Amino acid sequence: MASEESLTALRQRLGLDRSLPAQYLDFVGSALSGDWGESMVTGRPVVTEIMTVLPWTIELTAVSLLLGAAAGIPLGVWAAVNRNRAVDYAVRVASLLGLSFPAFVSAVILLLAFAIQLRWFPVISARSGSVGAWFQSITLPALSLGLIMAAYITRVTRSAMLEVLSEDYVRTARAKGVRWPVVVRRHALRNALLPIITVVGLFLGIQIGNSVLTEIVFNRPGLGKLIVGALNQRDYTMLQGMMVIYTLIVVFVNMLTDIAYGLADPRVKLQ
Amino acid sequence: MTHAVLPGAPRGALHAMIRVFNVNKTSWAGLVILLAVIVIAVFAPLFTAHDPLAQDVTRQLSGPSMEHLFGTDEYGRDTWARLIYGARVSLAIGIASTVIAMLVGSSIGLLAGWYGGRFDAVMMQVMDVLLAFPSLILGLVIVAMLGASTPNIVFAIALTSIPPFARIARAPTIALKEREYVEACRSLGYSDARILLVHILPNIAAEIVVMGSLWLANAIRTEASLAFIGLGIKPPTPTWGGMIRSGFENILDSAWLAVVPSLAILIVIFALNLLGDGLRDAVDPKLKNEA
Repeated sequence: MASEESLTALRQRLGLDRSLPAQYLDFVGSALSGDWGESMVTGRPVVTEIMTVLPWTIELTAVSLLLGAAAGIPLGVWAAVNRNRAVDYAVRVASLLGLSFPAFVSAVILLLAFAIQLRWFPVISARSGSVGAWFQSITLPALSLGLIMAAYITRVTRSAMLEVLSEDYVRTARAKGVRWPVVVRRHALRNALLPIITVVGLFLGIQIGNSVLTEIVFNRPGLGKLIVGALNQRDYTMLQGMMVIYTLIVVFVNMLTDIAYGLADPRVKLQ
Repeated sequence: MTHAVLPGAPRGALHAMIRVFNVNKTSWAGLVILLAVIVIAVFAPLFTAHDPLAQDVTRQLSGPSMEHLFGTDEYGRDTWARLIYGARVSLAIGIASTVIAMLVGSSIGLLAGWYGGRFDAVMMQVMDVLLAFPSLILGLVIVAMLGASTPNIVFAIALTSIPPFARIARAPTIALKEREYVEACRSLGYSDARILLVHILPNIAAEIVVMGSLWLANAIRTEASLAFIGLGIKPPTPTWGGMIRSGFENILDSAWLAVVPSLAILIVIFALNLLGDGLRDAVDPKLKNEA
């Protein structure tokens, strides 16, 4: 048992003897100046710990978003222009299946197929110097998240395209003789991009949360592994920092979404 | 328009349901798979001779055989038995949390839409914050802090599923409250509760139920994800996420232990999505006219 004096001393050192509002103001003050306290387990600054793994999470999410958009947008457009034909049904059912994957199930299946059975990729994705090694380490984790992302983007693109394709200006464009591929690309897809960006922006936040599952399966560092470790060890200062960083990420993704609006639609002016 | 086309006389709820399901045939596939899983889960003892908790040290990690269809795990327990008993946990937690989210969420949406003003603004702000924050992380933190018991897991999943129900109930409430029939109700002196429950809720119930089937898929996925991370119902009770977690530890030599429950989760979620997606096509008035 700790003595009464050492308890008092510790309370004083941690500031626990002051009122809650005073403690909170103190926390906000130092948090704003970049001091998020030290981890209760490792003793290292929370900011350092988070900044070490943050690039891994950003890399994983960014690559899977790119994969998802590269596969999802063309598939969604293809399904929309072939509405109610065989292609449309196939794409719809396939994307619904893709959307049904829990992130860890897609990860386990990819790991089993390509890392354990075929041995194309390493089982543990660790990064080292060369581009080849980076490619090997990112491929499976990014695919497992990208698959779900692609399924989602396909569905959103399809419904946004269907809406736009029934607009009057699309008919006008066709009537004045614009070639169909150009109508689809320039008149329809360009306008369908706005709703796509909105929904994908919201989904990106969810995916950043889901990357915890991918990180566990591929034993990859990242925010998810950090928060699970902090929860297991009751590292409260770290958890506090993690909550702040997840909130900041959500705000940041929202900001990116707004910027993307401006890029996709010249009518939106960024001040 | 020359004259309004009157719909045929209603021939009972069953016919109405069949008509809704026929709009998109895939909902039938979803319904059949889902019912099969529910029947197997409820009558689990009839579908296996094995006890999901019975350990057999002589049969650790044995592969699929006639006696053990999907083999046994590291304690010699029958995988098929654990799978179908585990379905009970997944379905029970999923249904409980979705029903709670549905009740709480649509109440919030109804009240916010009906009363408007500051209450509406505050409630919708709270919903937006809940919606924007990564839901798995929120569930993770809640379960880790409160402890991984069934009520806490249900609470965490329900909380993260409330916002979509609040949103889907709010918008039509705002539109409906301006309608003449609602004004008539008011001038007859009906209470707010009576108007909301008897005259507005039935108009939006279908959409809420469809949303429920889609979010049930999400709830089952979240429960499995939490169990996979290690925050599920405590062992030895079988859960699908927990089975994948322990199967994953033996993935190099006994891959089926992780693959079988993975496919089970995938099939159930896919079935729910097929069902919900098909029903949404039937219920959504915007899509109805296009089809």
